[in-house]
Amino acid sequence: MKKFLIPLGLFFGLVVFLALGLQRDPHEIPSPLINKPAPAFSLPTLDPAAGGFSPADMQGRVWLLNVWATWCVACRQEHPLLVDFAQRHQVPIVGMSYKEIQPQDVQAQGMDATAKLQFARERSQVWLSRYGNPYVLSVMDLDGRVGIQYGVYGVPETYVIDKQGVIRYKAVGEVTPAILASKVLPLIQKLNAS
Amino acid sequence: MGALHTSALWAELVAARRSRVAAFGQPARRGLAASLSLAVAGLFQLPAAAQGPQPAAAVVSASAAATTPHPVASAAPAAAVATAPVATGQAVASPTSTLGPEAAPMTDEPVLEARLLKLSEELRCLVCQNESLASSRAELADDLRREVRSLLREGKTDPQVKDFLVERYGDFVLYRPELKPMTWLLWFGPFVLLLGAVAGLGWYLRQRRQLAQTAPALSDAERARVDQWLKD
Amino acid sequence: MLAELGHFALILAFLVAGVQATLPLWGAWREHAAWQSLARPAAFTQFGLVALSFVALTACFVNNDFSVLYVAQHSNSLLPTVYRVAAVWGGHEGSLLLWVLMLAMWTAAVAAFSFSLPQAMVARVVGVLGWVSVGFLLFILALSNPFERLLPAAADGRDLNPLLQDPGLIIHPPMLYMGYVGFSVAFAFAIAALMAGRLDAAWARWSRPWTLVAWLFMTFGIGLGSWWAYYELGWGGWWFWDPVENASLMPWLVGTALIHSLMASDKRGNFKAWTVLLSISAFSLSLLGTFLVRSGVLTSVHAFASDPKRGVFILMFLAVVVGFSLTLYAWRMPKVRMGQAVSLLSRETLLLANSVLLVVACAAVLLGTIYPLVIDALNLGKLSVGPQYFNAVFVPLMVPLLVIMVPGTVVRWRESNWGELLLRLRWVALAAVGVGLAAPALAGEWSIGAAFGFFLAAWVVLGSVQHMVLRWRQPGQIGAAYWGMQCAHIGLAVVVAGITGVKSYEVERDVRMGVGDVVTIAPYAFRLQGMSEVKGPNYRAVRADVEVLKNGQPIDRLFPEKRRYFSTAMPMTEAAIDSGFMRDLYVSLGDPIDGPTPQWSMRVYYKPFVPWIWAGVLLMVLGGALAAVDRRYRAASARTEPMPVGAAPQGGA
Repeated sequence: MKKFLIPLGLFFGLVVFLALGLQRDPHEIPSPLINKPAPAFSLPTLDPAAGGFSPADMQGRVWLLNVWATWCVACRQEHPLLVDFAQRHQVPIVGMSYKEIQPQDVQAQGMDATAKLQFARERSQVWLSRYGNPYVLSVMDLDGRVGIQYGVYGVPETYVIDKQGVIRYKAVGEVTPAILASKVLPLIQKLNAS
Repeated sequence: MGALHTSALWAELVAARRSRVAAFGQPARRGLAASLSLAVAGLFQLPAAAQGPQPAAAVVSASAAATTPHPVASAAPAAAVATAPVATGQAVASPTSTLGPEAAPMTDEPVLEARLLKLSEELRCLVCQNESLASSRAELADDLRREVRSLLREGKTDPQVKDFLVERYGDFVLYRPELKPMTWLLWFGPFVLLLGAVAGLGWYLRQRRQLAQTAPALSDAERARVDQWLKD
Repeated sequence: MLAELGHFALILAFLVAGVQATLPLWGAWREHAAWQSLARPAAFTQFGLVALSFVALTACFVNNDFSVLYVAQHSNSLLPTVYRVAAVWGGHEGSLLLWVLMLAMWTAAVAAFSFSLPQAMVARVVGVLGWVSVGFLLFILALSNPFERLLPAAADGRDLNPLLQDPGLIIHPPMLYMGYVGFSVAFAFAIAALMAGRLDAAWARWSRPWTLVAWLFMTFGIGLGSWWAYYELGWGGWWFWDPVENASLMPWLVGTALIHSLMASDKRGNFKAWTVLLSISAFSLSLLGTFLVRSGVLTSVHAFASDPKRGVFILMFLAVVVGFSLTLYAWRMPKVRMGQAVSLLSRETLLLANSVLLVVACAAVLLGTIYPLVIDALNLGKLSVGPQYFNAVFVPLMVPLLVIMVPGTVVRWRESNWGELLLRLRWVALAAVGVGLAAPALAGEWSIGAAFGFFLAAWVVLGSVQHMVLRWRQPGQIGAAYWGMQCAHIGLAVVVAGITGVKSYEVERDVRMGVGDVVTIAPYAFRLQGMSEVKGPNYRAVRADVEVLKNGQPIDRLFPEKRRYFSTAMPMTEAAIDSGFMRDLYVSLGDPIDGPTPQWSMRVYYKPFVPWIWAGVLLMVLGGALAAVDRRYRAASARTEPMPVGAAPQGGA
């Protein structure tokens, strides 16, 4: 009787989905900001002399936004790639220093806003001079609020933004040569051509 | 917002009844039998001579942003259940107030914090292993709660706050999946299944009875023989 | 040395399981009595070997042998001995070994207590269980070996997760696994019966006690887990609809349907196809649960660290075992003679309705649990399904179940009378409505939800009491199974009342307290008497001394703590609870607050009716135990029941 085969059929459907599910990463959250305009913000830059920065400043160019911090181990690992990338290609990378001051930085906890900014700037400068600076400039998102606007949930993250200021791609986690070669570079070429 | 107005009304009713109860005094803990007799008494509107503990001003709030918030009350099965009265204010004047100064609530904005709590129970902590925003201690959870709090202060409604987060983090951040074509199967599936199963059950029972009626009747001796054959 | 001994014993167990899985089944098929008789000794030998392996692993833990990788990952020299033993099942590899030990234990029990079963049946049942053992032992040996060495040995271990350093860990996993694994016996009985092509009432009769025992352990395990989360995690919640919790609830729901369906199949020869399907499903859900928890497809606070290879293996094992079972089912079922027709109002119908509701509830939980996975697999994005969904869908399904519980015990088999039923139950219904209306007013504030919940609970309790009173008056002996049924039903009602009460009336106060401050939740008051620092075997803690008063009189002293274990950076809250018959008073210590005077953030909860939840679970467990020891199941004869008389047409399930 056919109806006795129904449980088996349903079960196979379940197994197929479970098998597909095994290949997915349940922790990775896709970004809903793809193909949406990059949220506007105005943040202080790492270099006090450079004045502020906002994404509108980059209109007309394809650029990368890289979210990083000195305390982030994976950032250190992807950093040489970014340095190399910056040297090789004409694509500007803007760094966003995300929550540089952490709860364990006890000496910074009692400081006021200006002092905290100064503290974060100094530490970041030291880090960049040691490991290389791929960024045309870096902005300081100390409290992480701009990060929330961008849907940042960890570091590092990298966004590819086109000439009109629309986000076209987001890499979660460190950028690997594979990601650069297969996703980022071809996309940049395509965006530059248009 | 409507819920809060209703709660205020409830609070008044509760306070009124409580003062009546106070006149009868506080009882000791009671067993099941006494509770049942009370139920009977209640049924016939007899004065409630003994009462269980009355929840006083129930200020359900989350801890302040300054300290690491530890987990707040768990999500309640909402269904049709009304939640505990959310009223501001302190406990009614009771003998215990002479024991010492009453501790201050963690937050100065209990109404806001109550809203934050309810809302954050429906939101997911994005970096945790399946925890709500209300109960998570992760740093990002702190940041998101702070963001939600500031949105609420600006006067945003609950759906607006949810939209804000969904625009930035996707549907993943909502614990209550929105009703849209992608989730129709999820929301309607169980009830469709139930209806189908009940219909199937009815059909099955009817079919069995019809077959029983149309099958030729066997005599008892014949049935016994059939049983014997089948057993072999 | 011990680790190698344990490893070797496991390899031997695998080989013995292989023998156990093949020869007796072959012997049953070929009617070769000698090979059939291998089943029992193989089962006992496998149990002995697995037990030896388990003891060896435990010894490694107790002796702090950090050259064993698994010990180094989950233990520490400062860990108290009792937790060193419990740490054996604190991680993936060891908990799997516990699983296999339980399976070997159940198999040996079936082998030992099956005197009345025909040998061929025993051979088949033990053989099928052998296949499950083979699969799991292979998995352990190939992909999850707890005896792997760490060379050079670690100086000290990473310590057991502080959340697990609690009596809950000692008892919850073993009880839960007893349940999970216990359903394999019902499964094996069903498969054995399908293989033999023989699904008479005897099969259901044999299967019942085993299923009941598995069910009661499962109930106990889930209840323990819930209770443990309640007092351990510090914020008074006890069910989160987390995937791992759902993974244990699903087999329980189907298991409950199964024990009821087995009753119909045993007594009336009805619903065999359905009962077989339920037997297969209960264990399949156990296996599915194993997959969900250990493969990494779902995110959960309870999940073990995962490895994709493990996920693939378990999925393949699941596909093979369940696929084979369902194929056998589809093949054999059409040939089995079906039971008789029944009227719309009969015990059979109500039992079927019980099955339908429980299975639909299980399907709803399954749907919600794997829906994110399905959406992701279809590349439609990522979404979350949280408690709000499950509560909205599960609770409405439980309502009709509670309602039919009472008529279910009253109506007769085959055919019953509406008028009679209504006549008998009218006072119960009225009284239940009365309780439903009155109780919320007494407990605090009247709400329709609380009223409805109390009504349902009272309906079941009063219905059961009426049933017992009427039955008592009748002549004739009443078996233990009857008391078991009533006890379990009342237990469920008590749980429902508990849940209704706590959700409707709990009060939480989130305050900052300095020494001498008081928090009042009338008529209780909580006064902070002082703070101290304490040192545990492997942690340091800040401890609060809170005096609890009722109407101004001190009734208890609570000591909530905030612990910092040496091994981990995250602080842990140890809540303090004063439990009474009608309520819990729950105090949780937070962080110190900067300010002119020393203050701490504290959370104080008044949770009425919570103890009823745990009491209700214990009643259900007691009920299951009473039902399982009924004298009927210990009958010596293996005679099969004569077929129920009455026209039995082919076709139809």
